[in-house]
Amino acid sequence: MRTYKRITLLCGHYGSGKTNIAVSMAFDLKKQEKNVALADLDIVNPYFRAKDSKEDLKKADIRLICSEYANSNVDIPALPQDMYAIIDDKSLHSILDIGGDDRGALALGRLAPAILEENDYEMLMVINRARPLTRDAASTLEVMREIETAGGIPFTGLVNNTNLGAETTADDVLASDAYAREVSEQSGLPLVLTTVREDLAAVLNGKVENLFPIRLQKHENL
Amino acid sequence: MADKVLMKGNEAIAEAAIIAGCRHYFGYPITPQTEIAAYMAKRMPKIGGTFLQAESEIAAINMVYGVASTGLRVMTSSSSPGISLKGEGLSYLAGADLPSLVVNVQRGGPGLGGIQPSQSDYFQATRGGGHGDFRMIVLAPASVQEMAELTVRGFELADKYRMTAMILADGTMGQMMEPVALDFDVKPVPEKPWATTGTGMKRPHNIVNSLSLVPEELEQLNIARFERYKQIEETETLYEEYMMDDAEIAIAAFGIAARVAKNAIVEARKMGIKVGMIRPITLWPFPKAPFKKAAEHVKQFISVELSMGQMIEDVKLASECRVPVTLCNRVGGMIPSPEQVLESIKEAAKNGGNN
Repeated sequence: MRTYKRITLLCGHYGSGKTNIAVSMAFDLKKQEKNVALADLDIVNPYFRAKDSKEDLKKADIRLICSEYANSNVDIPALPQDMYAIIDDKSLHSILDIGGDDRGALALGRLAPAILEENDYEMLMVINRARPLTRDAASTLEVMREIETAGGIPFTGLVNNTNLGAETTADDVLASDAYAREVSEQSGLPLVLTTVREDLAAVLNGKVENLFPIRLQKHENL
Repeated sequence: MADKVLMKGNEAIAEAAIIAGCRHYFGYPITPQTEIAAYMAKRMPKIGGTFLQAESEIAAINMVYGVASTGLRVMTSSSSPGISLKGEGLSYLAGADLPSLVVNVQRGGPGLGGIQPSQSDYFQATRGGGHGDFRMIVLAPASVQEMAELTVRGFELADKYRMTAMILADGTMGQMMEPVALDFDVKPVPEKPWATTGTGMKRPHNIVNSLSLVPEELEQLNIARFERYKQIEETETLYEEYMMDDAEIAIAAFGIAARVAKNAIVEARKMGIKVGMIRPITLWPFPKAPFKKAAEHVKQFISVELSMGQMIEDVKLASECRVPVTLCNRVGGMIPSPEQVLESIKEAAKNGGNN
């Protein structure tokens, strides 16, 4: 069973898979903690938001902290009004889904000082070798430094989420391990998870360390 | 997997443009195409290219005019309201016979509309996109792979015929992620003796201009341009036929609508309904031939569109109104469901085409 800090932040390159991981983590965390929130702090993309899982989260009694305008036609970079609950309510365990790239990480500005002061957090960088701008360790590290600079919180670990969408095979995941280890070596950050689609997790069990199965969201609109 | 990358449709357009040799991009952000500009902003400085966020869509299209005059490959992108702003520039590009690539990732309208997908700029794109007698080559991708491939094709066609090629996508195509192979061949850029690259004291000045004050000359320019358009109509149409051999009902659909329609066709075939699809890939030139041929054996056409019925007019023209053409549509950012399309197929089968 995975152990969680009070706050888990998921950052990474645009389209690396942060939201699907965040939603799955929230459900996993709920198995251990009573008071759980999933916070969608995406100020970059109006589509494909954690809000797609609104009903499932409600059923599981997971609080969704999310802008009213997510998944709507109101295309403005808004932060949720109740986001300070993440730092103010110390009984709350939160998964934070941060928008893509350094622009998305700017949303952390208001929260960073309190998160650093409390020091009960994990700041995870989600990486996907199949994405065009993070094909190798050097380019991935570049994106990582940009996000750190914008967000004001140093990373504590890596999540390898290498995938080609529906076409992903177990071999793709296995082949990406070397890339993930290289990023880990060059950044000095531990590879804390390798996330895969639920059906691939069964095949890869025992072949990859720290495997974490994720379920994919269904989209409200697109 | 080494050869494939996972890309958003918008990113695929941007990367394909770079592969095609485009080193100048001018744009202005608007959802749902902003990732094109964002991608260019990251990539262009690294490869010695120019990314410039212009002060407006109008400025961006006029910067395209400037670079196109020098013969270099250049592009801009926007979404529906932004394309309307570019309308004047599109006409000037046509009047000056300049090649360029313009991308429209459509959203619901009219007016400012919404940010969800739409195909309601079909008339605007296929009838020229601005004032005056002119056309654009209009390419309609139906996958992220095609977003990339048709971008390269667009640049090639634009150069070959000295005109604007437009990628007419929609919000879904721009936002969806699919694996893409980017290892396609790019033909060499043709010579452009008309470009304003400096005379080197060896030739007369080239002038790029759309102003023509002598009516007799302006008439001849228009006639010559339409001779070129005629050649394009004869040689450059692209389309896909799906299960058309024995079809008694034919769906006409492009882009996201064609993907939805394919699912409905598979279901209808299981019920024994002989239905197929003609998917235009070039919207201008419209692939008239397959529709004319199909009109000889189908009982009905169904035009599936994310508009109030725009391509349906071209389907009627191409099939010479020999069989009924009905519309299956959603608008305003809504997408027809496979179930809705299946219902329209079942309705057509029940009526035996006698609508």
